[in-house]
Amino acid sequence: MANSGYDAVSHAPPAEVGEMELVHPKTFVGKYIWSQDAKVIAVQYGITATAIGLVALVLSLLMRLQLGFPNTFSIIDPASYLQYVSMHGMIMVVYLLTALLLGAFGNYLIPLMCGARDMVFPYVNMLSYWVYLLAVLVLASGFFVPGGPTGAGWTLYPPQAVSPGTPGINWGIITMLVSLVIFIIGFTMGGLNYVVTVLQARTRGMTLMRLPLTVWGIFMATVLALLAFPALLVACLMMLMDRLLGTSFFMPAMAAAQGHDGGSPLLFQHLFWFFGHPEVYIVALPAFGIVSDLVATHARRHIFGYRMMVWAIIAIGGLSFVVWAHHMYVSGMNPSFGFLFATTTLIIAVPTALKVYNWVLTLWRGNIRLNVPMLFAIGFLFTFVNGGLSGLFLGNVTVDVPLSDTYFVVGHFHMVMAVAPILVIFGAIYHWYPKITGRMLDNRLGHFHFWVTFIGTYAIYYPMHYLGLEGVPRRYYAYGDTAFISDSVQAANVGITIAAFVVAAAQAAFIFNLAWSYFHGREAGPNPWEATTLEWQTPHTPPRHGNWGDELPVVYRWPYDYGVPGAEADFIPQNVPPAPAESSAGGTGGGRT
Amino acid sequence: MAIVVVLLALLIGSILFYFLSPWHLTPLASNWGSIDGTIQITWIVTGLVFAAVNLFLVYAIIRYRYRRDRRASYQPEDKKLEYWLTGLTAVGISALLAPGLFVWGRFVNVPADAHIVEAVGQQWNWRFRFPGEDGAFGRVSTALVSADNPFGMDPDDPLGRDDVLVDAPKVVLPVDQPVRVMLRSQDVIHNFQVAQFRAKMDLVPGQVSYFWFTPTRKGDFEILCAELCGVGHFAMRGKVEVAEPDRFEDWLSEKPTYRDVRSRDGGDPAAGEARYAPCAGCHGPKGQGMRETGAPKLAGQSPWYLIRQLQHFKSGLRGTHEADTRGQQMRPFARTLPDYEAMADVVAYIGTFPDKAPARTLSGDSDRGERLYDTCAACHGAQGQGDHQSNAPRLAGLSDWYLKRQLEKFQAGIRGGHPDDMYGWQMVEMAKVLVDESGIRDVVSHITTLPRKQTTVADASDAGRSE
Repeated sequence: MANSGYDAVSHAPPAEVGEMELVHPKTFVGKYIWSQDAKVIAVQYGITATAIGLVALVLSLLMRLQLGFPNTFSIIDPASYLQYVSMHGMIMVVYLLTALLLGAFGNYLIPLMCGARDMVFPYVNMLSYWVYLLAVLVLASGFFVPGGPTGAGWTLYPPQAVSPGTPGINWGIITMLVSLVIFIIGFTMGGLNYVVTVLQARTRGMTLMRLPLTVWGIFMATVLALLAFPALLVACLMMLMDRLLGTSFFMPAMAAAQGHDGGSPLLFQHLFWFFGHPEVYIVALPAFGIVSDLVATHARRHIFGYRMMVWAIIAIGGLSFVVWAHHMYVSGMNPSFGFLFATTTLIIAVPTALKVYNWVLTLWRGNIRLNVPMLFAIGFLFTFVNGGLSGLFLGNVTVDVPLSDTYFVVGHFHMVMAVAPILVIFGAIYHWYPKITGRMLDNRLGHFHFWVTFIGTYAIYYPMHYLGLEGVPRRYYAYGDTAFISDSVQAANVGITIAAFVVAAAQAAFIFNLAWSYFHGREAGPNPWEATTLEWQTPHTPPRHGNWGDELPVVYRWPYDYGVPGAEADFIPQNVPPAPAESSAGGTGGGRT
Repeated sequence: MAIVVVLLALLIGSILFYFLSPWHLTPLASNWGSIDGTIQITWIVTGLVFAAVNLFLVYAIIRYRYRRDRRASYQPEDKKLEYWLTGLTAVGISALLAPGLFVWGRFVNVPADAHIVEAVGQQWNWRFRFPGEDGAFGRVSTALVSADNPFGMDPDDPLGRDDVLVDAPKVVLPVDQPVRVMLRSQDVIHNFQVAQFRAKMDLVPGQVSYFWFTPTRKGDFEILCAELCGVGHFAMRGKVEVAEPDRFEDWLSEKPTYRDVRSRDGGDPAAGEARYAPCAGCHGPKGQGMRETGAPKLAGQSPWYLIRQLQHFKSGLRGTHEADTRGQQMRPFARTLPDYEAMADVVAYIGTFPDKAPARTLSGDSDRGERLYDTCAACHGAQGQGDHQSNAPRLAGLSDWYLKRQLEKFQAGIRGGHPDDMYGWQMVEMAKVLVDESGIRDVVSHITTLPRKQTTVADASDAGRSE
């Protein structure tokens, strides 16, 4: 009994999976450019997302220059400042985080972790990347069109997104909307692949309740995205029609007569946030999943409360569709909605809190190796707890009223959906780089990168909450002489700007590490972290096209058999058959005490 | 174990930061102390959870750090523990939600005795309207908005006749009387936020939104727009003065009703001719402006702007800064005009002058100036034609030396520095966008080329960026 792997569903018969035919190209271009291999597509996604993400990072530095040292730089005028704000936000949320977590990590990890040879539709998967690249290029073209990119904020609220007084209303807003439409088309191609692969292409024995939480997180996020992005898609198309064809979906009659009448700006906000709130979880759920695997692997302990973790992911995913209007408490919608949306929003805190408890309880009574991925995971926990708790301010309708549209909001959402997922992404890159390249990332550079990023981002965003408490509004080019804003706010802005530059500079060490270790890193071997999940059990490192050699792996156990009592090693990979003593206990749900 | 030290330092530092940081809620000036109460409850509950979770995290990292001879404990779930944690979390959440919803119940229910004021937003200014004696607002429509009718009042609605129109970004409210603020936007979304009142709400074009509060503290409070509304968002300010009811009544009675505004006939040039006589000494007999006297050109300037400046000089909103010697000279002349009618007459007379382009005295990089002017064009118009809706005067046709001096005065706060001169305040902030010395020179030399004919499509789209 004490010897058995934990598996609540070990009585389920293993599914039979048919072999799939793969196209094995011979040329360099076929292998690395027009590749249908999910692993190559993942790297393509990763590089493209990082490249456009660096642009957004530079934009944030320009904003910080203006806020830290207002009226100093002649290139930053109010219009360009708003353009930085808008492009920074949209790039980071959609083109970096969504693309990186689903496009890059989803593509790399789903087939390997499920024990599949590739995504179910490799050709569509390849198209998905190229369409994404097109979306990025159209978005970037906004910087070069007359008038520059849109300055309507990443939320693109009409009427100002298409009305005089806002930068980029001629071309910038069009490139933005068209790019989003293209992005959503590309994402749908990839997203359908991820969902179908998880549901249909798992190897023998890989039941749903044996999936690593990474796959659960990415899977659920993809389901959310497939349901949420259409709302954004129609919102974009309707605004394009308002802008180009003179319709009035979102355009009321306005003082500056533009021929519009009768549209509803609030309709756009509902559509936008019906996408926008699930989007938070589209970013968060993969991060939740990945960090679960980082914590378990490096703490040498099973994830605590696996089933609760899976159900929490599903519950959060479901609830995320009924909380959107908490972004609109002071939007002028019927204020009675506040009762409903505050309640649903605070309910979502329960499964989220449970996940936090279970991560910490996984560390508890573990055997914690403080490897670089683990440091990032701990950094995530600390940051996410902070960001989650500040969400309880903003989700609770009454508390939100004085804080909305202030720097409290900026601090909150950067903590919870910028820094927290990015720390997980960094941890994940340190964790899986050895599998992707066969070499370890440099440890000292990794430590440097972690410490500066973790402490630096906290120094940037934690004080912002207090500025917001005092009432400092967001999206302001300058604060001028405002009686209730204390002089020390300017000092804080200088400090935050310096911290931002330090953090940004430290990312150079990371980029350098990625490049240098590719050639000079220590050989990793197939399973450097002694992990249990299937991607570490491939016959080749890096895995070749098709992943598994001649035979698909067969799965016999859940993904978290760390520290199994009586076992020789402190981990048992998922494809290791049960020992005789183990199998006799199979089906009883043994291991639970 | 550096991680343990850092986590503890961040944890303790974060909690100390709460107590020691100089940034807290601004002193309350409304009835919404209950909102502050819910914030305080949230600080306490979240602070305790923040400390508890992170202390346990730190404990786990220290206690279960890697040892070669240790195995992790194997206990995949603990139903009882998980139920307990779920239950406790639910209790904590309820402790936050219940007071929140209770206070929200009060927020959405406006007291029956609340009086009404309408705040109208447009890029990037505030206007206010009171319902007048009948207690009801007249109909308005954005289709009716024009330079003569900035509120878009419907002339056929009798309810609107007695509406009091405050065509300025400052409003006075009586202390300790609940007020329902009706919010209306004429272009894009804005937000009426006074930090000290806590309550706020968006203004959405095409509908009327509202919120209510009771001002409890006398004094001046800044209105900051809290919803991104374009390039002038950061400079969209207004002011609420909370005062004794007597002062409020006095202030309100000075403001014209819609009936008063409609009966204004635009002034009589013949009557204005005599009044203009003292002006001619400095501004020239045909209002052409004179560099020797430092007096600007008046010919061609928008009448509403001239009247407003006369009012500002007269009341001391302009021309009272100790370094503003030219402004000080102007004040006694403005004071010779006894009332609105007199001002309208003299302005009507100025309207008869020929508008001749002044000689250029400055040179600058007008290409760079054209780019810089994008920001200015948002209010003053791409051709510098001015716009009553955004309260921006005409710039085209003004002398370059005058424009330069005004920009310098704005930058230094010599003009626009009066605490009640909200338009001037806006211009102070905007003038600071020109950060280097040549900026003013360049933008002014572009303005002297206005108005220009738009010749190509590319020009048109460039200008449209901030039109």
